[in-house]
Amino acid sequence: MAWFRSKKDDAGAPARKVVIAEGLWIKCESCKDIVYRAEVERSGRVCPKCRYPFRITARERIAMLADEGAFEEQDGSLQSLDPLGFKDTKRYRDRLKSAQDKTGLREAVVCGVARIGGWPTVLCVFDFDFMGGSMASVVGEKLTRAIELAVQKRLPVIIVSASGGARMQEGILSLMQMAKTSAALERLASERLPYLSVLTDPTTGGVTASFAMLGDVILAEPRALIGFAGPRVIAETIRQPLPEGFQRSEFLLEHGQVDLVVERRDLKDTVRRILAFFADRPALPV
Amino acid sequence: MPDGLDFERPLLDLENRIAELRADADPLGRSDEIAKLEDRLARLRQRTYSTLTAWQRTQLARHPRRPRTLDYIRLLTEDFVELHGDRVFGDDKAIVGGLGRLDGESVVVIGHQKGRDTRENLARNFGMPHPEGYRKALRLMELAERFGKPILTFIDTPGAYPGVGAEERGQAGAIARNLREMAGLRTPIIAVVIGEGGSGGALAIGVGNRVLMLEYAIYSVISPEGCAAILWGDRAKAPEASELMRITAPDLLRLGVIDAIIPEPVGGAHRDWEGAAANVRAGVRDHLWQIRSKSGDELVRERYEKFRKIGAWEEESLPAGQR
Ligand SMILES: [Zn+2]
Repeated sequence: MAWFRSKKDDAGAPARKVVIAEGLWIKCESCKDIVYRAEVERSGRVCPKCRYPFRITARERIAMLADEGAFEEQDGSLQSLDPLGFKDTKRYRDRLKSAQDKTGLREAVVCGVARIGGWPTVLCVFDFDFMGGSMASVVGEKLTRAIELAVQKRLPVIIVSASGGARMQEGILSLMQMAKTSAALERLASERLPYLSVLTDPTTGGVTASFAMLGDVILAEPRALIGFAGPRVIAETIRQPLPEGFQRSEFLLEHGQVDLVVERRDLKDTVRRILAFFADRPALPV
Repeated sequence: MPDGLDFERPLLDLENRIAELRADADPLGRSDEIAKLEDRLARLRQRTYSTLTAWQRTQLARHPRRPRTLDYIRLLTEDFVELHGDRVFGDDKAIVGGLGRLDGESVVVIGHQKGRDTRENLARNFGMPHPEGYRKALRLMELAERFGKPILTFIDTPGAYPGVGAEERGQAGAIARNLREMAGLRTPIIAVVIGEGGSGGALAIGVGNRVLMLEYAIYSVISPEGCAAILWGDRAKAPEASELMRITAPDLLRLGVIDAIIPEPVGGAHRDWEGAAANVRAGVRDHLWQIRSKSGDELVRERYEKFRKIGAWEEESLPAGQR
């Protein structure tokens, strides 16, 4: 888009005004069009041109899904240590600190007890802004505690994923969280309690290869990247161009890997209907 | 030996010289010299193998002459019958499995299978499974549970295969289901990392009551090459990455991820297959003996607790520390 050329290129051109007022406009990651920010906000952060649902924070997602004032966070004080003493170009501790400053969160997932359309549920939501929503010890522990709480209170579990996978900086401990969370879900399933997995852009790696793909029902937001390996790794491995739409929600639906692709504006009501199906008692008043 | 690693060469040179002296027409006349060289060899070997770097261990773990799953099956079990296919799509040759007898006891054995040369590696896809491989493994594990037989798995893979077909057929879901179902199996499971434990593709057959690891095997969340590519955009920096990642058996024992280290013969498993297999047999027998009479409930609960406590964090109102 010419509007976003550097000021030098546009020197003297009237379009410069748009650059100055850039807070009003944002670029859609999917169709690359420049769209009016207010319009995006009004529609629940969905692109008005191509309907791609923009990435949103955990707080925004919770506000979108939970009934007003009906989310009580659990285990919010859990914090990563640095068990490997990991330092590359930056210390892991410093990376954590800047992710915390950037997001206002302690870690990449927010868990709690919520009501959705009156139905009580355990709700866990990832925040991609926190180190790419990556899973290490704290994320695994928080999810496991949330699932155990659901077993104890006999509630369903909903996990909204947005994650690049296991976090490298905690090495093998991150990998083991895949087993830990999946084992907790085995317990939930053996207690006949439902688990609803919501996949958003992007959900890849060790998160997809554990709890994200284990839902009794698996929903996906439109055009989300969902896969085990990243597309770049696959392209390098097979040395061929990837098929059109590869690893997007619609591709997974086509290949029988997810139950439903749901537009963001319909997500809460779809979740409510699914919770109503599984519930064995009437919903609480909203 | 064509497969000698850099750090093995001085040892191999000494061994060759000793062998030459021994082959001499008059070996008795050279016995002093032989004894001196053997002494030097022993000391050099001790020094080399007590100070192996993570990268040297990675090279040993990937050594082309290292025994693979089918070698251990041949050396450890009797009456082995290999079973094929996932009953849905195909037979993945990167994972093998079947029915065997170990020390007179029936056991289902499953493992990743790498090849030893290019032709075999192409057939085995370099030990990188597709979803059907994980489904075959799960089918065999469920069979074991149904008939009350213990499960023994051998882990040796660079990782699950990153390809178009693998994604189309649900690679992530196949791994995930193995993790969940293994957690609930009411039969003893022993997993042994024999070579390369590459990420989720390794863990997908690794949710055991006991996880054992050969002395020079590695186990990691991402390959050293992949880690180096992410950190520095350069796969050639894998040796540096391997040091950061804590992937060696002693590291994993310290982190509470594995239960025991199985010692390897002098110079590594590739120098003495029978010795390596004997050590694996002893380790498996020990641990199987400890858990084989437990009930299904106990096995599931203990397996849950074992993985439940892995990780490190701190929280307010509780003292900081590792759980
Ligand atoms: Zn768009």
